Amino acid sequence: MSNKSAHQPPRWADRFLEWYCRSEILEDLQGDLYEHFERNTISKGKRKARQIYWLDVLKFFRPYTIKKFKIVNNITSFIMFKNYFKTSVRSIARNKLFSAINVFGLAVGMSVCLLMITLFMEVRSYDRFHKDADRIYRINNIYQSLDEDPNYFASTSIIAGKRLQEEVPGIEASVIMRRNFVGDATLGDKIIPISGIYASDDFFDVFSFKVLQGNPSTALIEPYSVVLTDETAAKIFDAGVDPLNQIIKIKDKDFKVTAIVEKPPFNSHLKFQSLASFATHESEESQRENSNIMGWTNMWMNYCYMKLAEGTTVKQVNERLAKISEEENQKFDRINIQFALQPILNIMTGPDLSNQIGDSIGGEGLWVFALLVFVVILSAGFNYTNLSIARSLRRAKEVGVRKVVGATKGQIFSQFIIEACIISIFSLVLAYGLLLVLKPYFLNLAPEIQQTLHLDIEPKLFIYFFLFALLVGLLAGLFPAILLSKLKAAQVMKGVSNTKLFSKINLRKVLLVIQFTLSLVFIISASIAFKQYKYALAFDLGYKTENVLNIELQGNDVDQVKSLYEAIPEVSEISESSHMLSVGSRWGSDIKYEDPMDSTSLWYASIDENYIPMMKHKLLAGNNFEARPLQKEEGEIIVNEATIKRFNVGTPDEAIGKYLNVDDKKLRIIGVIEDFHYAKISDGIECFGFRYDPIELYNINLKIASTDLIGTMKKLESAWIDFDPVHEFKATFYDDRLQEAYADYSVMFTLVGFLAFLTMTIASLGLLGMAVYTAETRVKEISIRKVLGATEGSLVTLLAKGFMWLLVISAAIAVPLAYYFFDSVILQDAVNRANIGALELLGGVLIIFTIGFITIGSQTWKAAKANPAETLRNE
Amino acid sequence: MKGTNLGEFEEVVLLTIATLMTEAYSVAICDEIERITDRKVKLGVVHSVLNRLEEKGFVNSQLGEATKVRGGRRKRFFEVTHAGKATLQKVKSQRDELWNLIPEFNLKMI
Repeated sequence: MSNKSAHQPPRWADRFLEWYCRSEILEDLQGDLYEHFERNTISKGKRKARQIYWLDVLKFFRPYTIKKFKIVNNITSFIMFKNYFKTSVRSIARNKLFSAINVFGLAVGMSVCLLMITLFMEVRSYDRFHKDADRIYRINNIYQSLDEDPNYFASTSIIAGKRLQEEVPGIEASVIMRRNFVGDATLGDKIIPISGIYASDDFFDVFSFKVLQGNPSTALIEPYSVVLTDETAAKIFDAGVDPLNQIIKIKDKDFKVTAIVEKPPFNSHLKFQSLASFATHESEESQRENSNIMGWTNMWMNYCYMKLAEGTTVKQVNERLAKISEEENQKFDRINIQFALQPILNIMTGPDLSNQIGDSIGGEGLWVFALLVFVVILSAGFNYTNLSIARSLRRAKEVGVRKVVGATKGQIFSQFIIEACIISIFSLVLAYGLLLVLKPYFLNLAPEIQQTLHLDIEPKLFIYFFLFALLVGLLAGLFPAILLSKLKAAQVMKGVSNTKLFSKINLRKVLLVIQFTLSLVFIISASIAFKQYKYALAFDLGYKTENVLNIELQGNDVDQVKSLYEAIPEVSEISESSHMLSVGSRWGSDIKYEDPMDSTSLWYASIDENYIPMMKHKLLAGNNFEARPLQKEEGEIIVNEATIKRFNVGTPDEAIGKYLNVDDKKLRIIGVIEDFHYAKISDGIECFGFRYDPIELYNINLKIASTDLIGTMKKLESAWIDFDPVHEFKATFYDDRLQEAYADYSVMFTLVGFLAFLTMTIASLGLLGMAVYTAETRVKEISIRKVLGATEGSLVTLLAKGFMWLLVISAAIAVPLAYYFFDSVILQDAVNRANIGALELLGGVLIIFTIGFITIGSQTWKAAKANPAETLRNE
Repeated sequence: MKGTNLGEFEEVVLLTIATLMTEAYSVAICDEIERITDRKVKLGVVHSVLNRLEEKGFVNSQLGEATKVRGGRRKRFFEVTHAGKATLQKVKSQRDELWNLIPEFNLKMI
């Protein structure tokens, strides 16, 4: 503590005393206490003296020391409230244009804020229905190979879950899960495709999904047990049949239905139609003789959730887990996997992770959206502040009279705050209407949004909306209220020139500049995002996707489907593949060349011999795969240029015939293809290979040679339905999927564009208000100038010059800011990106200038055109 | 108001004000009483008594000059009013009368 405060009594005690004590006795009472304090500091020490001071202050809280007029004061302000309300409403009604600008501007800004509040509350409600949700955590993996950047996964290895169960104390329950329990459930002649999760027996101890029938603690112990949701059970079983303990066939195995749970609620990040016991997975894998099931790197599809016992801290568990990962990592030279616990309540809003088991909206996106929305409401608030300050010149006399009659500073202050709150509550009503209009558009922005969000407006939200409106009113009205309450009655009444009273009015200009800078940044951002989107769609991926239709086989036999479509004349070529490339999903495996220590990830797709010619990939050396019978062991691979460069194999021609080690299989390089973009174009090109593994062919690709695409699609669909009535016909054109894959750009530019439009509208409204106001106040000056011979043109220039300068300043700030922001922050990591051109940067400026000029020009022109005889007549 | 009765402590405070003459402000009064009666006196008690005496019209108060001590706060000096003096006199004469009625030997015991 500083030396000075050693001689100071406690500040808060002093404040308290000053607050409650009558002014007549405050001074000497405080003096007495000070004297005592000083004495005590010397005799008893600083600490003790401060304590005594506090006690004394509290002891002096007696009837005779307390301010007497407190209650009276409250009554007057209550009575005055009616008056404030009345004057506020009158003042709002008198200045219709300004009030309309204020209400409308605030309403537009508030509507997106209400959307944000609804969104935020809904996302926050996710997973809260679990009992003790605050104690449920998930193990996330951080995977790092060599010196590459670490990757973050929501998934973990099975062994991590097992060791957690065995070795870590303080865990109430934990569950290991695995996604991709998929199959057709057969009962009698009914075939229903179902999907779900494998989950170990403690599932219902960790999560609180509602079990309707069956024993939750034993339901998932036995292999080939399945738990169905009520919805799924109703699909499979006829009404009236008790599904419990029935046997159904899934993937040609008999499963026993051991429990029925309620369908997971909408606000659960985990969604499933069925749960199979984890023992099922283990038995399936042992039949397939998969030795890697307990592998440390088998971490792509498994999940581990736990509920901590009361009193266990995350730190304790993390420490134990760190020990486990250290032990396991020692077995690997180049791979390092770390654990991180993530609270279940944080999954929806947390960081973006790969391999999510369920929904996640991603915290970053949410915060960016919140920030943008905040900027919009800020702009609307500025409008109110600006116009109110401008108008306050007119209200100064009213304030003067009130002060003369006896109003205190606090009363004037509350009067103007109340006025602002009335405006903001009007706006709230309008904003709510706008929200109802906006909501469906927002939900339809992207399919994922529709899946994860409902945006139901609960009654509770209205309270938040109302509080929010009050807050907006308070903040927007704060500055004008301070300004007006500070006015001195004598000055106002004497008619000291207004400029003197409001010397700080430069603030208005600053606010205008900020508003327009923000609008400009928004517009520029939207146009850059749009360009990037167009660029991504028009990008040359290195192969041809036109008129290629992908159909998911969904478990059907490849050859049967193939023969089905070969019969259709519009289909010119047919090939098979594992998955669609360039749209975001990637399949990876481990690859080595001659050095057994040097491994990296190989991204791959399995294809048949027709794929490469059909998609027009360019072979640089070697040959395509040859057609061969199904059972033959996989032994060949076609790699891209990047792979042979990575391992220094030599030229493409030299690489032919060399062997690569992929997932412990020796594969001979039979061809080298030119590099192409198998991932999204924002990612770079790494090692990639085409493999020929018939087991992994899940898609059939058709090249359509017809101008009537819709008709052909219909034909294909009806052929499918005849062939497989159980599964839906799942077909997408490559180009459509690409467009979807880059939807985040499109969502971004739609959102930002919309917000840009809003800020633009709000800022223009503000500008309009200011222009009207300036023209109004200077109408006499203009008339005199006109009488003295000024031309209309020169008058417009005179009035508009100031505003146009502000716009120029905004542009000078916004353009470099937006450029820097996109160039070095947002697009920095993207490998392929559109250049930011002058068009995007200056287009926005042009728009703002045009709108600004029209707004200001129209008002000043009106003022300049006015007949001086009319305006100067009445004085 | 409870009339013009003077409580025991009120009387002590009033007398102390009279003895301190122009230096009678709350802290000094407190100290003086402590010195004479040899008992602990709380500032809060003295304060409320002073307040009561002022209400009853036995003392007047005035703020003094500002000084550097006491955080720059002024002291409130008290003086006994005419009514105060009269009451003190009355109390004293009542006591004296009682004293005079006491037989002499009773007090020699002490």
